[in-house]
Amino acid sequence: MSKHYAQDLGSTVTTKTSFIDDIINLARKSSIFYLLFGLACCGIELMQTGGPRADIDRFGSVPRATPRQSDLMIVAGTLTYKMAERCKLLFEQMAEPKYVISMGSCASCGGLFQHAYSVVKGVDKIVPVDIYVPGCPPRPEALTEGLMRVQDKIIRERWFSDRRMIGQSSPGLGIDYKVTA
Amino acid sequence: MTFEEIHSALAAKLGDRVGPLQAARKDAYCVVRADAIVEACRFLKTDPATAFDCLQNLSAVDGFKAAPMIKVVYHLYSYSKRHTFILKVELDRATPVIDSVESVWKAADWLEREQYDLLGVVFTNHPDLRRIMLPDDWVGHPLLKDYKEPGDYHNISHTRESPLDGFVRMDELKKKIAAEKAAETAASAPKKELLQ
Repeated sequence: MSKHYAQDLGSTVTTKTSFIDDIINLARKSSIFYLLFGLACCGIELMQTGGPRADIDRFGSVPRATPRQSDLMIVAGTLTYKMAERCKLLFEQMAEPKYVISMGSCASCGGLFQHAYSVVKGVDKIVPVDIYVPGCPPRPEALTEGLMRVQDKIIRERWFSDRRMIGQSSPGLGIDYKVTA
Repeated sequence: MTFEEIHSALAAKLGDRVGPLQAARKDAYCVVRADAIVEACRFLKTDPATAFDCLQNLSAVDGFKAAPMIKVVYHLYSYSKRHTFILKVELDRATPVIDSVESVWKAADWLEREQYDLLGVVFTNHPDLRRIMLPDDWVGHPLLKDYKEPGDYHNISHTRESPLDGFVRMDELKKKIAAEKAAETAASAPKKELLQ
């Protein structure tokens, strides 16, 4: 048994993972395929993040044009009510395990446009969000950091044991959230 | 042609259905009666002297309390003559209905749909009058000044709660837990003495 202590998250998350979990998670975190899904100006920064300078391909992250092959959805930009239902549909079309990054102020809370009649006040109203990346828009470095936080999340999951216990407990995230005083 | 020449040509054609030329700060405009708008537009387009071959923009303004009417604004431009003109139509705010100029300029199709979508101006004789930007089942016309948000759209709430509600600082939480522990040990300590 190996332990991962999340020093960088204020030591609030403690998880025990097995050796086979480590192997599986290493493979999973090194091949996070993200959905090509840009909504506004954040989408330009998302393209830059995939481009040669930030180059998240070095983490094994490549864009996929279909939700069926994606592990990660990066909601990049202002989400309108009209788009919200499409966004939810795309999320539901992705195969488990799936992760969501809310990129930029608009996706996180509505941002600059939160008083507009047509803008959803945060993408977490419709899909569960794992990582929020603040910024307007965030630089490619910030989004890369967000991707690394998703990797941190993946490496702590008890993937193997959770898969075998489907039906007994809630599948998906096997994280013990424990507050340590 | 100057604004004055265009206006006099239009007034000669339509008579008292065209208002006087308003000397605005930048571009002069004239108000046309709603029942004359298609005739005016067709005249301005087909007359070889004016030859307005381009409808640059078709927008609308909600006057609300200051001027309780909806103004539909037509920005015309002529590529051949290099001149411009502005027509305005004042409509009743409660029931804004006007004839479509889609038969004059095809460009009016989507522009009129936009005004219908955002301000609720109904264009009669429009070939396909439905919402263009908002979802088809949207309630109300949001650019009207008295538009009220209905509360949610398909169960997606219009409001967002403050993220600081129920926020506890980590060090304060640690202090609280430490205080509780200290109280527990203080409560259990005299018992031990009794047992001994």
